[in-house]
Order: sequence, then structure tokens, then C-alpha cells
Amino acid sequence: MSQEIIGSGHTYATITDKISSIVLTRKTPHGWLFGFGVGFVLVMLLLVSITYLFVEGIGIWGVNIPVAWGFAIVNFVWWIGIGHAGTLISAILLLLRQGWRQSINRFAEAMTLFAVACAGLFPVLHLGRPWFAYWLIPYPSTMGIWPQFRSPLVWDVFAVSTYFTVSLLFWFIGLIPDLATLRDRSSSRTGRVVYGILAMGWRGSAIHWHRYEMAYLLLAGLATPLVVSVHTVVSFDFAISILPGWHTTIFPPYFVAGAIYSGFAMVMVLAIPIRAVYGLEDFITMRHLQNMAKVMLATGLIVAYGYLMEHFMSWYSAEKYERFMTLNRWGGPYAPAYWALILINIVIPQALWFRRVRSNVIMLFLVAIAVNVGMWLERFVIVITSLHRDFLPSSWNMYYPTFWDWSTFIGTIGLFLALLFLFIRFLPMISIFEMRTLVPRSEGD
Amino acid sequence: MTTKNFWRSLEEYANFEEFQKSLEDEFPPDAAVRQGVVDRREFLSLMSASLALAGLSSCAPAAPEKIVPYVRAPEEIVPGKPLFFATAFPLGGYGLGILAESHMGRPTKIEGNPDHPASLGSTDAFAQASILSLYDPDRSKAITQAGAITTWDAFITNLAAELDPKRLNKGEGFRILTETVTSPTLAAQLKQILQQFPSARWHQYEPVNADSARAASRMTFGRYSDIRYHFDKADVILSLDADFLLSMPGHVRHAREFTARRRVKAGEKEMNRLYAAESAPSVTGAVADHRRAARPSQIQDIASQINDGVAGKGSTGDAWIDAVVRDLQASRGKSIVVAGPHQPPEVHVIAHDLNTKLGNVGQTLEYVDPIEPNPVEQMQSLGDLIKDMQAGAVDLLLIAGGNPVYTAPADLEFAKHLANVRLRIHFSLYEDETSERCHWHIPETHFLESWADIRSDDGTTTIMQPLINPLYAGKSAYELLSAFLGQPTRTTYEILIEAWGQGRNKDEFEKLWRKSVHDGVVAPELNAVGALYERPGRSQTAPTVSNVVAGFSPRSPSDVIEVAFRPDPTVYDGRFANNGWLQELPKPLIKIVWDNVALLSPATAERLNVINEDVIEIKSEGRAVRAPVWISPGHANDAVTLFLGYGRTRAGALGSNRGYNAYSLRTSASPWLIKNAEVRKSGERYALVSTQEHHSMENRNLVRRASAAEYAQRPDFVEAERDTPPGELTLYPEYAPEEYAWGMSIDLSTCIGCNACVIACQAENNIPVVGKIEAGRSREMHWLRIDRYYQGDIHEPEIFFQPVMCMHCEDAPCEPVCPVAATTHSSEGLNEMTYNRCVGTRYCSNNCPYKVRRFNFFNFHSNEAPSMALLYNPDVTVRSRGVMEKCTYCVQRINHARINAKKEDRAIRDGEVVTACQAACPAGAIVFGNIADPNSRVSKLKSEPRNYGVLTDLNTRPRTTYLAKLTNPNPAVKT
Amino acid sequence: MQTGGQRVYMAQIFHRSTNTLSRVSIFGAVFIVAALTTVISILIRSPYFTEARVVRVQPVPFSHKHHVAGIGIDCRYCHTSVEESSFAGIPPTKTCMNCHSQVWADSPTLEPVRASFREDRSLEWTRVNNLPDFVYFDHSIHVRRGVSCTTCHGPVDQMPMTWRENTLFMEWCLECHRHPERFVQIRGQHVDSPRKLTNCSICHR
Repeated sequence: MSQEIIGSGHTYATITDKISSIVLTRKTPHGWLFGFGVGFVLVMLLLVSITYLFVEGIGIWGVNIPVAWGFAIVNFVWWIGIGHAGTLISAILLLLRQGWRQSINRFAEAMTLFAVACAGLFPVLHLGRPWFAYWLIPYPSTMGIWPQFRSPLVWDVFAVSTYFTVSLLFWFIGLIPDLATLRDRSSSRTGRVVYGILAMGWRGSAIHWHRYEMAYLLLAGLATPLVVSVHTVVSFDFAISILPGWHTTIFPPYFVAGAIYSGFAMVMVLAIPIRAVYGLEDFITMRHLQNMAKVMLATGLIVAYGYLMEHFMSWYSAEKYERFMTLNRWGGPYAPAYWALILINIVIPQALWFRRVRSNVIMLFLVAIAVNVGMWLERFVIVITSLHRDFLPSSWNMYYPTFWDWSTFIGTIGLFLALLFLFIRFLPMISIFEMRTLVPRSEGD
Repeated sequence: MTTKNFWRSLEEYANFEEFQKSLEDEFPPDAAVRQGVVDRREFLSLMSASLALAGLSSCAPAAPEKIVPYVRAPEEIVPGKPLFFATAFPLGGYGLGILAESHMGRPTKIEGNPDHPASLGSTDAFAQASILSLYDPDRSKAITQAGAITTWDAFITNLAAELDPKRLNKGEGFRILTETVTSPTLAAQLKQILQQFPSARWHQYEPVNADSARAASRMTFGRYSDIRYHFDKADVILSLDADFLLSMPGHVRHAREFTARRRVKAGEKEMNRLYAAESAPSVTGAVADHRRAARPSQIQDIASQINDGVAGKGSTGDAWIDAVVRDLQASRGKSIVVAGPHQPPEVHVIAHDLNTKLGNVGQTLEYVDPIEPNPVEQMQSLGDLIKDMQAGAVDLLLIAGGNPVYTAPADLEFAKHLANVRLRIHFSLYEDETSERCHWHIPETHFLESWADIRSDDGTTTIMQPLINPLYAGKSAYELLSAFLGQPTRTTYEILIEAWGQGRNKDEFEKLWRKSVHDGVVAPELNAVGALYERPGRSQTAPTVSNVVAGFSPRSPSDVIEVAFRPDPTVYDGRFANNGWLQELPKPLIKIVWDNVALLSPATAERLNVINEDVIEIKSEGRAVRAPVWISPGHANDAVTLFLGYGRTRAGALGSNRGYNAYSLRTSASPWLIKNAEVRKSGERYALVSTQEHHSMENRNLVRRASAAEYAQRPDFVEAERDTPPGELTLYPEYAPEEYAWGMSIDLSTCIGCNACVIACQAENNIPVVGKIEAGRSREMHWLRIDRYYQGDIHEPEIFFQPVMCMHCEDAPCEPVCPVAATTHSSEGLNEMTYNRCVGTRYCSNNCPYKVRRFNFFNFHSNEAPSMALLYNPDVTVRSRGVMEKCTYCVQRINHARINAKKEDRAIRDGEVVTACQAACPAGAIVFGNIADPNSRVSKLKSEPRNYGVLTDLNTRPRTTYLAKLTNPNPAVKT
Repeated sequence: MQTGGQRVYMAQIFHRSTNTLSRVSIFGAVFIVAALTTVISILIRSPYFTEARVVRVQPVPFSHKHHVAGIGIDCRYCHTSVEESSFAGIPPTKTCMNCHSQVWADSPTLEPVRASFREDRSLEWTRVNNLPDFVYFDHSIHVRRGVSCTTCHGPVDQMPMTWRENTLFMEWCLECHRHPERFVQIRGQHVDSPRKLTNCSICHR
């Protein structure tokens, strides 16, 4: 019976009760306290790392010449990638009228926001002089000059900020009816006031609903191209350069695919424990998990194709630098990272071909974790191995991450968790009103 | 020409995994930082300050500043305009003529003095870096007695009390130990002292000296005489372990003369030919057409075989030697045989013999009376002193310069016997190992702080003038000796004026003196009539020495390991140990920084079962040192080369406790060679830092090479035009031509990899020193580096040098990727780097195929002493943390030239803009200029068929291009 | 309203007006941002911030108005190196004393000058026109190219106490470097093209 996207016997009331009670009445589970605690500690680690970074300079990281980009960029791309599933699920699946999205889109979107927030940190932190980051924004400065619009880094600023803004709006608008519900059901005055303010006077009148649907649809249409554009632009950071291993036209599509790949993996990683902890198996059913597994399988294959093409091209182009780059990935000092990537990111996910795996929650969870690790490795391989041996052998050198590289990375994971836990504690993690629409007519009022 | 067999890096040749492991051992991912944190703590505060300032400068106006004018302005100084003064840089007693640049009374830069025959306008790395020592905060700052600070007057009174009894006993037990002295005035003063104290003795000692040559000329001619070479007149040159291009007195002139014969125009094939037999690869060996790796002791065998061959004793069966013999015979009177100063006298004698047989004497070289007023065999001289000290016959010892406690050979036990001397006075630039063991220490003035006179290897005398008053309580050697003569109050200037002026009419002398000081070369009239002593005469005596040669000892057995000593290529005998620029200067060929190493050949390393950074123990005569191994392709087998100058205990903050002390193995009997040493692997490892890990060109055609003959047949062998894609392929429009288009040409057949340009660039452009840890993390800041590649057989590889700095590409990959337009293209084709606009994304560096961009990962300047601020070139921004930097083609010099030209309403003349590297280069390999002008020197060079650009297949269209390397191999020798 | 079947009557939390408030805030957001940017960009260009046209206190109340307009002394009499060096030069005390050893030889206001000369101690003026260290401005070439002193320094001859006339912001420099013809009084010779004059390395090295 796992083909259902909602457990049987649910009415409007039961749905509303079940979801809103998580926020309003039910007492905070220990799991939550633990999870948030971990996140909070790691956030402190992040703050320490950043402070030390600002005091000393990016020399505390492992970056050097020739490897002038290290963990910061790897993490940036990784987080941005993860931030993709949200909008994809919400917007595109909405337009495609995929009912099954409705139980996961809410926290998928939240996840997107938090992931992009983490991603957004890195481009600023990795600057030599972060306090001048605002120079990348076009504004009437007293220097009488503008940013350099030919640089992909400037495009990033626009791409990422737009993506963040639209995702935020999309998420917030989606929340409004539920905020209203919470406002009405909240027993405490502060609860009413806060949710009330956020609900922006929603009364659920027909006209409200009418406009609401319209706005939501419009935003969905607006967000859809962004899903593709963001990671395309991010991939330009590499594709625009002349470095062997970066300078290739296949990057945009295969970065987007990779992003969705890791995005869905992350949704899975979050959904599986949460549904267990809050007993939401009725709302996030096996059907959901299986569909997501299929999406992962598909995007994973695209990514694999991407790797294949890279290597084919480096042979087919008969370009000595490209060829050396490929050989260096296979046999160079960083070969272990490369082969780990192939194993974790390409081989392991093939398990998803089997229904037995797809219908086993534990297995799905493990595969999803693997994919997240794998996608991080992919960015590591792309950034480091291409840089550490480029054109002049005289300047070839190695890159070793330092303690501070790791602490900053892990710190952002903490930030992500902390935000996420706050979200599921204070906002409905599943869209109440959209779930209602799934209830078969007969069981309505 | 590059389709030969390659081996990648030694690590792959030896054992890659182990190397990987060793790498992690020495730089575990975060260990480097944890160490780093400690010594970066101290400038944490400055860093936040700089952060704050940077913030201010962006929006708010700077805090109100005071402006402090003169009360009475000196006429010659125009605020904001530099002045140049002629003086000389002394090393090992010999002077190199220089022009010192002064900004508002601060010496900031050293340039060569074109009028000085030893310099001919260029310099070497030591001279360039000497300016840093001037501001070194670790220089000794005060006169001390038993460690307690005291005054000059106190010293004088004490001295007087000491000397009065000495006057009665004729100076019994009074000894003076100096370094090599060529200064006429100083010599005169010493002679006077010896007249006043007849029983006193004057000894001279430097660890790096000309003893072998001296002994040889004694054995040959029965008297001392120096040799002056004219490499520009030689068609064939044989170097017997002689690094005449980098480490012998006069090397700057040698380089100029030698390379003058290696510039070949299209169609020509006239070129000199250099054979080098040597143990450790030197720059001379690297540029040789035929290099023969031989153990130090074998050099003598090779020499005598060649000698026999030239004498007509028939073939030796050794193709190499036979070829040399034939070449030498074929160019009688047009060849030179040079014997290395580190070779025993026998080899020098053979060289005399060969040069005489070949009729070179008077043609390509001449024998001249010694430049030194009082030439001695220094090891002997030191030995005598120590004997007396041991016997307790010395009770007053003045050590005027030098650091014998550190530099004396171990077997003489100088330090031990020094204790027998009742009163010990040490006079030196630093409070060093010797000062520690002396009662008195008198700080010496830096050569830019005092008047002096000095001679260079060719006999030219220079009056050295001060550019700045002594920063610390320094005294000049002249003042010190004058105190011993009972005239403590006389200034150096007075002493010199009197010495040079005596017996001359006042105003005539005044005229000559002014001219001499101004030119940096003593006017001939002044020299000729000079009362000090006459200029050395030429002696054409043709020695006959075969009988001497006959009795030479046979070769040593070949199963033992020989240990050779060499002065360190960057810190010399240890005197530059506290000079950050030289410490961080990658040593030629091995590219090691901040350490000295034990060089081994790959085969010997295999035999000893060691890899790079394994520590070996070298035992001899009960003494031992432990040294880290560095494997050097082309090194002689069964030989280890150790470098002097490290392992110092009181060198200063930078120099102390760094590397191992090779002096502790050295013996007075054979200072340069231990014929039979015990070498074993110790099992320890020691992290070394090399700025170039990879040795092969990976078939990338970076350095292009052909023989002169090949070039004559195929002038277009570089196939430059084949690389560059056609212009229409690029999306961006070509830059519209302007009246100036700056460009550079670097001639790889004349570049000798001597590093002068690297330091010149560092001095000119305020480039910081980053220290061993940061250099080990590949963060060195040199804008100009000299890449070194090996090719061919690992045991006898071809060695290539390639100076690499920003290429100022016309389609620069760095420019379009900068998000804030901090690096841009100027209308004159400069690739500009605007530091104050840079936010530090480092994207430009990633996208630079030449990896010539350098990044300030920390505020590297902030851990410098305040005194260093005086050294900064005021025309170049001092970069702070977080900004990218790189070669600017010395844009400050271009701008000066442009402004001057505009003020005179004319165009900038060809040769008016000279970059720092170009000015320093003794080989004249670097030429800079306006390529929009077809008649400029650089345009002419670029139009030569062997002109090519590196990585032009990327369509970077570099403005810096190279002239392919030409060699002149002897077809009779198979390589 | 409908919540799970049974009716609940509850008090209003918000006054009706909050509806309008919320609407306004939505649109307001956009305009507030715009307004803020404008205000800031005006503020940082204001004399309050740039200290342009603000008189600086000096050890001696030296009046350019009196010396230039009044007596008619040429700028170059004191700022000697303006035509040959990057730095225009601040006169040594000697220059002041050339006249003031006779004129106003014992006026109390000039005591600091005499003191400086007597005790060979420099006068410490407060800098009026100052550029960041990474800007390399050269007086000589500007003067040679026919940029008059007043173009940048304003009517110095009308300044009883000296102030900085202009912001010295980069955008201000660029006004002229982008349109030299507007500011340079050409004395025969040509003016460089803006393309050349806007090379970064013209001012930054």
C-alpha cells in the first residue's frame, strides 16, 4: 500500500491537528534538543573559525599558489547544489501537477534557503579582503568605476542573490495560510501575535485564495528558470577559465544535474529521520521516498555521463594539457580522491535500480548520505586536481587542507542543522492546506 | 630537440609513494598552521590595525596628518626625487662598483656602476641584497666590554693604557687579524702600526680565499701573482671545477664577457665553447656546452690527462678528453683554462702549464701583480696566529672584521686557543660567535655608512662614499686602526683625504678627488701618482712547470666517498646568514631556501639508500655533522657536497640555528675536500623547502634549444609562428596601437641563472620575505623566479634556466575574470595590477597559465622591524594582506621616464626605461623597451628567428618573449 | 471560522488598521532600500564626511589670501619643487624668515616661526590636501600640462585660512582624466587621450 501519497483515514481535521500540534502543543522531543544542540555547538565552532580568519587572513587555510581556491569554493558549490532540490520540488513539480510533492516541498524549500545561506558565506569568507565584498555589487561609488561585468564572479552575485530572494518569497507565501492556521490555533497570546503578523491578515476568503493561487503559480513560473540558471552560472566560474579540467562546455548541464542529484539526496537524508521521529509516515510515504530515489538514479546517470564526456573530450581534443589533466586525475597524487568519487558517487547509487533497495528506508538513507559525500568529492576533484598541476611544471604543487578549512566546513553544516531544527520546531514542516487537498472528497467536512 | 627521454621528478625516478609519505610527514595537513600560528601571533595586533585602516581608506578620509618641512633645506635634495651616489660593494675584500639610490637620504636600491670595469653596469645577488643588511635590526648597536654597553671614549682610554707598555716592548704579543684587505689606505695604516710595533704581526684570514692559486703561483713563479681573464677573447674555455660565472672574484665581469660571445644572430654560428669538469653542478656547469661530472679529486686527473694530450702524448681513449684536447690545440692563444679556487694548487699549476703551452698568456689572460697590498696564504697565516695563541705568545688580539670562531677550520680549534689571549678585541657588523668570546666588541659601520677605499679584482680602485650616517654606534675600520695609532679622534674622511692627498697640490687634488668620488673609479692621475703604491704591473713571464707537474700524487681510490665544501650560493661563508632576502632566495639549481643541504648524485643516494630529506651523518677524523640529503642530478658519484655558512649560533633572528655547520668538519690541511669520509644514513628526517618540486618540462616545449650549427641550417627551428592561433579567432578586439607598446625579450642562451634579477626585483618592488614555513606552503612572493628544468639522462642531464615573470599578455586570461577590475590592460599593453582595488578572489592567479601572480596570504610586511620601513621604495605601494601582486614591468620606472619625456615634450628614448631585473643582469640577457618602435633594441631582438613565446598556443600573446637557447656542442663528443 | 468542526469565538488580536500597515510595508520595502542608498551616497560626499572646504587649524595662522592676493607672491616662491617633482614642497622655515627677519620681525603671532628658526626645530603644519598612499600624484607633470594650481586647489588667493577645495575622491580625479579638454588650459601642447589618462597605472603602482 506504499503507492499512496497519504495514509488512509485522514480528514482535514486530523491533518491539521497532526501537523500543527508538532509546533503548538506536542512537547519538544529529546531528538530535537539533541539535534539542535549539536547544530548550535558547531555554529560556535564556525564563529570561532571566522573570527580567527578575519584576524589572521586566509593564510590560515591550505590555499596557496598554484592552488588558490580550496575548500571554500568546494563547499560553496556543494551547498549551492544542495540548495537546488527545494525549488525544483516546489516549482517545477507544482507546474507538473505532481501531487506527491506536497508533503515534502515545505521543508525542501526551507532546506534550500538554509543551504544557500551557508553557500553564500563562502564567497565572502574566501576573499583576501572580505570587508570589501560590497565592491562586487554595482552601486554609485566615489571611485567612479563599476564592477567588471565580464567576470563570472559578478554573475554569481546576481544569480545567487536572485535565487535566494525568490526562494525566500516562494517559501514565505507558501507558509501564509498555515501561519494563519497556527495564529488561530495558538493558545498563547505571543504565538497569536507573532504568527498573526507573519500571516499578514490572511482570512482565507475566496478572493484571498484566488489571488494566492495566482501569485503562487506566478512565482513558480519565475523560480523554474532559476533552478537551471544558478548552477549554470556557478559552473561558469570554472568553464570560463582556461584551466584544463575547468575549461569545458559540458559543465552547465552536468553541474545542474549534479545539483539536483545532491539536492534530492539531502532531502532524503532529512526526510527519513524526521518522519520517524514525528511519526509522519502517513504524510511522507514510501511512495515519496521511492520517487525521490528514482530522480536520484536518473540525475546520477547524467552525472556519470558528464564524467565520461570530460574524459572522452580530453582524449578527443588531442590537447596535451587536457590529456595530462585526465591522466593526473587517474594516477596523480590526488588519484585516491578521484577513485573514491567514482565509487561513492557513481557505483554505489546504482543500487537504486533494485526495488528491494528503494523500498528499504535504511538503504535509501545510506545511499543518500553516500551521494552527498560523493558530490562533495566531485567538487574537490574538480577544483584541486585541476589547479595543482596546470601549465608550467615549475609551479606545480600540492594542496593540504588545514584544521581551519575543516572547522569552517563543518561549522556551516552546523549552521544548516541549527536553522533546520529551529524551522521544524516553530513552523509547520509540512504544508497543512496542501495536504488537505489530498484528502479524498468523500472524507471532506 | 625536446623529443628526448624524460624522467619526471626524482621522486618518480626513485620511489613515489615514499615521497608522498615524506611530504605528509613534513607538512601534515594542519601542523604547518599550528607552527605558523605561534610566530604569527606577534603581529596579530598590527593585522587588525591594517584591517581597520584598509576600511578607512575606502570611504572616509585618512586621519589628519602632520607635514614637517625642513628648517633650512639642503640644496641638492628635491623632495620626491632620488639621488644616485657611486660607491662599491665589498665582498671577500674585493669591490664591485655600484650606484646607490637614495630617497630623501635613505639608501633604497643598489645598481651597477657602468663606469666601473668590475661591474660594467650590472651587479650580483649579494650586492643587491647588501642594502637589506644596512637596515638589519640585529646588527650590533653598541660598543660592549664583557657584554656590558660602554662608550668609544672608554675604549680609547682602555686601549691607551694597553698600548703604552706595548710601545716599550715593540708590541710583543700584539696581533691583528683581518679579512682580506685590498684597501690601500687600510693597508697603509696597518703598515704604520707594524712600524710602531715592530714585533706585532698582521694576519689575514677568510674561509673563502685564494690560497690554492697563491700556492700554485708560488710553486710556479716563486712569487705571488693573480690572473686576469678576458673571456670575451676566448673561443674555447675549459673550467676545472671553476664557477667563474658566479662565485669567483670578478664574476660579474666574467659573465658579461663570457655571454658576449654567445649572442648569435641568424645565419651566424660563431660562438665560444665551454667545457666544464666539476663535482657539484654549478651555474657555470649548467651553461657549459659539455659538462663532465667528476669527483673533486678526479679533476686533477682529468687536468693532467688533458695536459698530456696537449703536450702531444697521444689519445687517452676518453672521447671527452680527446675532444677537449683537440679543441684547445685548435685554438691556441684563443682559449682559457680556469682552475677552481676549491681545487688543490696542483690543478692550478697544470692550468698555468696549459695556458702557457697554448700561448694564452698575454692573449686571453694576463698575470698581474697581486691586487692585495699584502697577499698571504691565509690558512697558513691563521695557522701561525693560532700557534702563537696556543703558545701563549699573544696577549692582545685585534680581530678587525670576520668571524674566525665560526669560520676557522675545526682542527685548528681557534675558539679554544683564543681563550689564551689576555685581551681580545672584536670588530664586526654583527655581535656574533667571535664577539661572544672577546672582551671588547666594536660595531662596524655598514659599507653604505662610511667612507672607504677598495680595489676590485682588476685593480680598479674606488673611493666608497657614505649615503647615510651610521644608524647605530658603528665605527669604520679606519677609525679603529687610527685609534691604535694613537689618533682616536680622526674621522674616516680625514684619514682618506690625507692618505690620498699627501704630496699633492691642494686644488688639483680637490678636483681629482671630486671626480674620483663622483665616478666611483679613482681618476688615473690620482692613482698613478698615488703615493700609496703603484697600480700592479703586467708580468708576461711564461712559466715552465712540467717538472712541477711530474711529482703530483696519483688519484685516490674510488670506493670511498669524498666530501667537498663550497661556500653557500646565497649566504656565502655565513656573513649573510641574517639577510632574509638571501635566505629566501632559491639557491641556483637546487632551489632550496632557508637551509643548506648535502648534495648527492642519484646513484650515490641509491647506494646509501637515502631519499631527499633523509639526514646523513658524515664522519671524518673523529668529527661529525648531520646534514639533510638533497639529490642533485648531474652530481658526481661517490661524492657529497656540503655548503658553508649555516649552523650559526649567533647570527641574529633569521640566521641562527638554521641548517648544519660544515666548518666543524673542515681541516686546515685540505679545507675544500675530505678524501675519505664515512657517510651513513642516520634514520632521521629533516623538512627542506624547495620552490620547484618538478624537474621535467613534460614535453611542453617551454625552453627551446638548438646547437649553433642547427640554428645556422634552420633559423626558424623554434617554430614560434606555429603556436599562436590566428588573431581572428579571438572574440575580443585587438588593442589599438599606441605610441608605446612595452615588451621584453629574454635571451636563454645568455641567462646563467645567477639570481641577480630575482633580488633586484625584490629590492625594487618592496617584496616581502615570508619565511620557511610559508615558503614550504608554496607562498613565496618573488615576482620573478628562475625556473630550472632537467632533460635527458638523470646522471648527466642537460640543465635549463628560464626566468619567468608576468608575461603581460595581450589577451591576458587574468583580466576578464577579475570581478572588480583590479587587474586591467593599459593602453600601452601593460597588464596592470591595482592593489588597492583588489579584493582577493585569487581567480586571476588560477587563470594565469604562467602562475606568476603572488598573493599576500598574510600581512607579510607586518612582522618586519620598523627600521625596514626605511628600505621601502617610495615609488611602489607596500602591499598589505589579502591582495594579489605580480611583476609590473617596473611601471614606476616607466612612469618616471614618461613624465620626464612629457616635460621635455619628446618621446621616451629607447633604453630610457630599464627594469630592475634588466639593470641587474650581468649577462645582459634581459632587454626591455618599446616594441611599437621597430628600431628599438627589444624590437630587433624580437624580430630574430629564434624569438618565441611560452604557451602561446593558449593565445595569450605574451609581451615577454624568449630567445631560444643556443649551445655550441663539439660534434666529436656524443651526448 | 471552521476549525475541526466546533465553532470558536475569539477576540481580535489586531486592529483593522494593521491590514493597511502590512500592505504598505510590502511596497515600502522596495522604496526604503532605494532611499537608504541615496541618502548614504549623498552623505559620504558631504563636507561633513570629506572635510572638503573645512578650515584646518595651523600652528601659525598663515593667510594665503594675504600673501598671494595681497602681496602678490607667486605660488612657486614657496612651493619650489612643484614644477620639477611629484611633491610641490612645503617651504622650510628659512623661506619665511627671508622676509620675516625684517617684516613683522617681532610680531607675537610669528613667534613659532622664529622659534623654529632659532632652535632649528621644524614647524609642524597640519596637512590640508592628502591622498592615500596608493595614489601616486605628480605635481610637476600636471603643472607642465597646463593644469593651473586653482583647478584643483581652488581660489587659494581667497583663503585667509587654508582649506581643501575638493573631495579628492577618485571620481573627482576622473572628471578631468576622462575629459581633460574641459579643465586643461592648453599652452600649445596636446593633451593625452582619455584612454591613456585612465590607465590604472597612471596613478596606482
